[in-house]
Amino acid sequence: MPEATSTFAEQFEDARQQHEAVTLGMWLFLATEVLFFGGLFLAYVVYRHAYSTAFAAGSAHTDLFYGTLNTAILLTSSLTMALAVHAAQENRPRSITRWLLLTLALALGFLVVKGFEYHKDFVDRLVIGLNFNPTLPAHAELFFWLYWAMTGLHAVHVIIGIGVLGCVALLVRRKSHAPANTIEVAGLYWHFVDLVWIFLYPLLYLIDRHS
Amino acid sequence: MNTRAPTVKLLVLVWAALLVLLFVTWGVAELDLGRWGIVAAMTIAVVKMLLVVLIFMHVRYSSSLTWVFAMAGMFWFSIMIALTMSDYLTRSGAFW
Repeated sequence: MPEATSTFAEQFEDARQQHEAVTLGMWLFLATEVLFFGGLFLAYVVYRHAYSTAFAAGSAHTDLFYGTLNTAILLTSSLTMALAVHAAQENRPRSITRWLLLTLALALGFLVVKGFEYHKDFVDRLVIGLNFNPTLPAHAELFFWLYWAMTGLHAVHVIIGIGVLGCVALLVRRKSHAPANTIEVAGLYWHFVDLVWIFLYPLLYLIDRHS
Repeated sequence: MNTRAPTVKLLVLVWAALLVLLFVTWGVAELDLGRWGIVAAMTIAVVKMLLVVLIFMHVRYSSSLTWVFAMAGMFWFSIMIALTMSDYLTRSGAFW
């Protein structure tokens, strides 16, 4: 497969070394992201262990339809992102733009569904500190603190991802500067956002739903 | 350069597998499996993670060093969970 960009920055020996360095840098950043989300996941594990009944009651109040729909949307956006990277490696700019725009559309779709879900949560009185339903078990509020913190932090990452993908799409459109490496690294970030959701989905929506 | 990369066919197959796993994990959640529910849900999540990391994120096609970097975050995260739970899971009294 021909490499899209034969040029490389002067501090590197060759394009291969630059590609390796760029990829490693992004994976290093993603490792810090794992630990960033890790604190919340740890809190979830500890409190689910301590208050399993209240957490099961909390799980039963999350909206399984919206959660599942959004999982499908994000998984599909990962495919379109991977296809954009594939097109970049084959140096097909129009194809890159098409797949990037489709990924952006799916990312926006995720946020729209999230908006409907948050609205339903508000109507169902699940907003901690604002209108939380007092008939739920006391520690269900802890579950919903984690629900809002984890899905909120994830949504912030989706919004940042939209910004990153938007900038990359603009660069490709202008043909000023969009080497395959840039698109690949943006792709790594986007797949990470998908990965976080792959774990949030069972933890917040599925486990102990019927116990 | 990175001459080995997944084909379009493989990418689409991985996506199809991810969606199948999504519907499997959704279906399993409708059953009351007791303590096995969490095992099933997390096993499926890990399989989905591996598909995304190895194929979509190209780790299968990358150098060993990339592989180490990709594993590092999960490795330290596992230590954090394991050491913390070694406390909470072994407390004999009511600490809550």
